[in-house]
Amino acid sequence: MDIFLQQIINGVVLGSIYALVALGYTMVYGILGLINFAHGEVVMVGALVAYTVMTALLPTGLPPVLLALLALLVAAPVCMALAWIIERYAYRPLRHAPKLAPLISAIGVSILLQNLAMMIWGRSYHAFPDILPPLHYDIGGAQITLLQVVTILLAAGTMAALAWLIQRTAMGQAMRATAENPAIAALMGVPVNRIITLTFVIGAALAALAGLMVGANYSVAHYYMGFMLGLKAFTAAVLGGIGNITGAMLGGLLLGLIESLGGGYIEDLTGGFLGSNYQDIFAFLVLISVLVFRPGGLMGERVSERA
Amino acid sequence: MKMTARFLARLSCPKKDGRMHWWVWALLGILLAVMPWIVAAGFGNTWLRILNFALLYVMLALGLNIVVGFAGLLDMGYIAFYAVGAYLWALLASPQFGLHWPMWAILPLGAGVAGLFGLLLGAPTLKLRGDYLAIVTLGFGEIIRIFLNNLNAPVNITNGPQGISAIDALHFGSVSLARPMDLGIVTIPSLVAFYYVFLMAATAIIGIALRLERSRVGRAWAAIREDEIAAKACGINTRNVKLLAFAMGATFGGVAGGLFAGFQQFVSPESFGLLESVMVLCMVVLGGMGHIPGVIFGALLLTLLPEFFRQVAGPVQQALFGKIYIDPESLRMLLFGLSLVLVMRYRPSGLWPSPQRQREIDDTQRVDAPAAMPVRHQ
Repeated sequence: MDIFLQQIINGVVLGSIYALVALGYTMVYGILGLINFAHGEVVMVGALVAYTVMTALLPTGLPPVLLALLALLVAAPVCMALAWIIERYAYRPLRHAPKLAPLISAIGVSILLQNLAMMIWGRSYHAFPDILPPLHYDIGGAQITLLQVVTILLAAGTMAALAWLIQRTAMGQAMRATAENPAIAALMGVPVNRIITLTFVIGAALAALAGLMVGANYSVAHYYMGFMLGLKAFTAAVLGGIGNITGAMLGGLLLGLIESLGGGYIEDLTGGFLGSNYQDIFAFLVLISVLVFRPGGLMGERVSERA
Repeated sequence: MKMTARFLARLSCPKKDGRMHWWVWALLGILLAVMPWIVAAGFGNTWLRILNFALLYVMLALGLNIVVGFAGLLDMGYIAFYAVGAYLWALLASPQFGLHWPMWAILPLGAGVAGLFGLLLGAPTLKLRGDYLAIVTLGFGEIIRIFLNNLNAPVNITNGPQGISAIDALHFGSVSLARPMDLGIVTIPSLVAFYYVFLMAATAIIGIALRLERSRVGRAWAAIREDEIAAKACGINTRNVKLLAFAMGATFGGVAGGLFAGFQQFVSPESFGLLESVMVLCMVVLGGMGHIPGVIFGALLLTLLPEFFRQVAGPVQQALFGKIYIDPESLRMLLFGLSLVLVMRYRPSGLWPSPQRQREIDDTQRVDAPAAMPVRHQ
């Protein structure tokens, strides 16, 4: 039972990180219908910038929490600027292009960022400094660290803030209008281009936070980390129904739980035939089986064949 | 860029009826036949190997073009079929299980099994559209790779991350292509022999692709690509035709995979990652989706140009600055990423799109995708 609970805790932590990244994918998709393949790399840049800031400031002797805060204050603007540049120069010129062109452009940006990061930070794994004292609490035989608690709360808080932003503010209304129909939204006076840029920038800020969380929770940052993370987060977004904000949160959590439980129990389930190195296939197997029965994802609307 | 494309377009149909002069074909044939000797003499065996890989990629790109270009189904896990073909060869013709089947048995079997995997992928994804299909196919590719990576325990099938080595080379009867072939007058080096076999396979695949495009099925694919509902209304069995696209595309991949294993004599899961799928997709889209000459051009360009950079970037930096500042390997990928962005920006329908497609794009800025929406620059 305690192992089960432990896996649930790990799954929720992993899931809240996935959810944060998935939000970036889903918001952009909702508005542009574009798979922003480079989003995972933005998370990676966030994590590595945070790492650099923290290791640079470590000798000053500031408390680690403050360091993390400073790191986020640097990493978030860097990621936001990066997303702004990507949107302005790689995606915006392609809005009228054939459907696959923006996708290929996004793949190009992703490869570009990965290799730039490799040039700047090298190929090695960087050990992420601890940002919180290694305290942990026992609940029902399982352990939860302070860091995990903070991660979950922070992710939940951020998502609540985002939900409020989108549902309750004029800006959110403009975003929803743009997602619904950009042409009509423009006629109603919504500055569509600015809203699209804003969507990218908000997604990037979430990515920076997610990057810091990944680094802190897994104590490592690496130029290649954005790839698989991005893939999983995108899977989560599709699982929940891409374009749907609540869906992305749900999909992220679900995926985290499935991976964690699946990885933990696969050996028992298959009588030792498959080991935990098959953890990664769960995400995709679940995705495929969900999409067979609900082609629009869990919370996706039934889209008509033709818009 | 535009000028080059126009020139190539004129070269490809210089006569009024759109056919090439016979001497163009003859010239091309001679050029392709002497190519390996020139390359080997002028640039060395490294480049000959690269040329052979370029031919393999031509086959792969043409296979993916059936799915993406003809039928309009975005497949991002295509390399899985390449892997299936390669591993089938590796398992049936290596000391791994002590089997040494002949090529004539393995290649058709590889094509068949890959086609079966194509159906396996196609069946659950029939209802999915666009980007949902993309992520599912991507997941499928990853699943295959993860299995290849881990099927070494408890029963050792694929030998895990180490891969399978000492695979039999391509051979006709007792004549193995891995050894130089002595024909009395000339001795054909191994790499040149592989080149000729690959060239023949690629030519066959090009021929099949050309015939497929103009066949009844090819027209059905085009109809589905343009408008699935209208195609259905015209009496096309969209389910079967889509499945056929997946299976046909996979078959090409399976054959190319088998040839790859027989050439490299070593396979490991590393060769079949997502980046490879993406690379093949880039070849198709960059070259000109659905346009066979364009796709071939894209495949050749994306194999040869990055290699050229890798070979040249190091020595040039050495000569200019006296030391290597940027690792040629990462420079290669950096330029690759950058060129994807730039090509898509300035030629969104590819470097060499079919004339018809180009006209469509020139005529009207077609608004058919959610990505293409009427937003003006401010």
